[in-house]
Amino acid sequence: MRSYLSDRMGAALLMAPLLLFLVLAYAWPFLGVVKWSFTLPTPGLGQYEALLTDDLVQSVFIRTLRIAAIVTVVSVCAAYAITVVWVRGTPAQRLIAEFCILVPFWISVLTRAFGWVALLSNRGLINTWLQAIGFISEPLALVRNEFGVIVGMTHFLIPFAVFPLASAMRSLDDRVLLAARGLGSSRMRTFWTVFVPMTRSGIIGSAMIVFVFSLGFFVTPAILGGGRSVMIAELIYLRIFQSPDWGLGAAISVVLVLFVSVLMAVLFRYVKPKQLI
Amino acid sequence: MPTYRPGPVSLIIAALVALFLLMPLLAVIPVSLTPSRMLAMPSGELSLRHYRALIEDPRWIDSILLSIRIGIVSSAFSTVLALCFSLGVWMFQPRFTAALVGFVLLPMVVPPVVSAITLYFLLTSVSGMSSFFGYDTWLGVAMAHSVMTVPFATVLILVSLSQLDRRIDLAARGLGATVWERATRIIMPNIKFGIVTAALLSFVLSWEEIGVTLFITSVNAITLPRLMWMGLRDNIDPAIAALSVILIIITVLVLAVRSVVTRQRALH
Repeated sequence: MRSYLSDRMGAALLMAPLLLFLVLAYAWPFLGVVKWSFTLPTPGLGQYEALLTDDLVQSVFIRTLRIAAIVTVVSVCAAYAITVVWVRGTPAQRLIAEFCILVPFWISVLTRAFGWVALLSNRGLINTWLQAIGFISEPLALVRNEFGVIVGMTHFLIPFAVFPLASAMRSLDDRVLLAARGLGSSRMRTFWTVFVPMTRSGIIGSAMIVFVFSLGFFVTPAILGGGRSVMIAELIYLRIFQSPDWGLGAAISVVLVLFVSVLMAVLFRYVKPKQLI
Repeated sequence: MPTYRPGPVSLIIAALVALFLLMPLLAVIPVSLTPSRMLAMPSGELSLRHYRALIEDPRWIDSILLSIRIGIVSSAFSTVLALCFSLGVWMFQPRFTAALVGFVLLPMVVPPVVSAITLYFLLTSVSGMSSFFGYDTWLGVAMAHSVMTVPFATVLILVSLSQLDRRIDLAARGLGATVWERATRIIMPNIKFGIVTAALLSFVLSWEEIGVTLFITSVNAITLPRLMWMGLRDNIDPAIAALSVILIIITVLVLAVRSVVTRQRALH
């Protein structure tokens, strides 16, 4: 009995500091944000009504969903291609693939967005070269629009899409592939009818991660969109800092959290958390 | 060992993806060497003036020092909290563990912009009570960064604990070791690699944190990413290219060293 009590005391003492810290510094202020969404500027559901009727808010929501969907499809396909080599290539191929995945992964989002500005802007690498060889006379608008945002976000999210795919491909039994080949299936057919279907859990997991990340993305769209291609996260920022409308910013945040929670709940019905690493 | 290797089509597509991934990192190199004061490709001569600006301009140095200070404080704080919490979970396996761990991981899964507005609410509310702990102060930023990094530190420490053999702890307990002795002399030495990794990851995450930092700073607590952000939004400053090149070189070196070290560990 005494040891049982001291066990409970020990657990409480060790776990309390972090739990207390997060309750005070995270859970409590989050409730404060929820309160803002119902009380600012006037008490009531006015902010949520505005979400449903305001044209600007609507167009930002639609743009965010559209960009997130495009980015998800492109990043998962690109990640799939490089993961195949990372997991199943020769040792040298694997080393190169790992380098190309991990170096961007560890470099900060700002540096990577800046790299795209250096490539895509009017006086950037691509436009300078295209003009130098006389291919174009006026610089192409590659950045400060939706195209730039999609390119930058895809670049940021490919490494995140790689990990669930790699985990699915590593657990795949080679003998199945050899059996398919042995029964006379071509390389292409084996890939599309055996390999891809067997990595389905990885594809679902990686698509969900990329989609959820894209919804709340802030830095890349703000830099590469140049204020013209505003997504939800940037809209929240603008509502808090530029047109002080804290209530609407808070209401958008609450809706975003609810939406992401639903997506996560769906995700975990299909995929175990361990398969995502 | 996989016997089924990717074919030529896969290799070509993968090579294109690899090129796409490396392109923006390579593009900053020529930009950093431009003699121009604006973002442009160097035409003809090269110059190191933007690298010099990083050393000579006090704004860059101040923000680097501030980022290091915030990184060390928030990494130490979140590693200690995560370590205590994980030890509690592992040694006592209390009821509701899954729910408690899920709660601790929230800042990692909630969209960063929502965490940012939450921490903005926190720090503006605290600002009224104390002047050195609230909005736009370095301690406030360090605290906010701790909230964001503590889930990652907890995951890493829990993972290394899950690989530890419970019997050594049971032996120590059977021989009469107190909870404190078990934690500090038996368990912690065995997971020190995980603890160090957690501290390093927390530091790196704080060092490059921008999403939350933008919401909670304005003019006083200008961390390095915050200064880069200002230079990117208004008039693009090529010093950012020079800084990016340095950060990329450091990343490549650290990854190379890490890969050599893991290979050595695997051999022994």
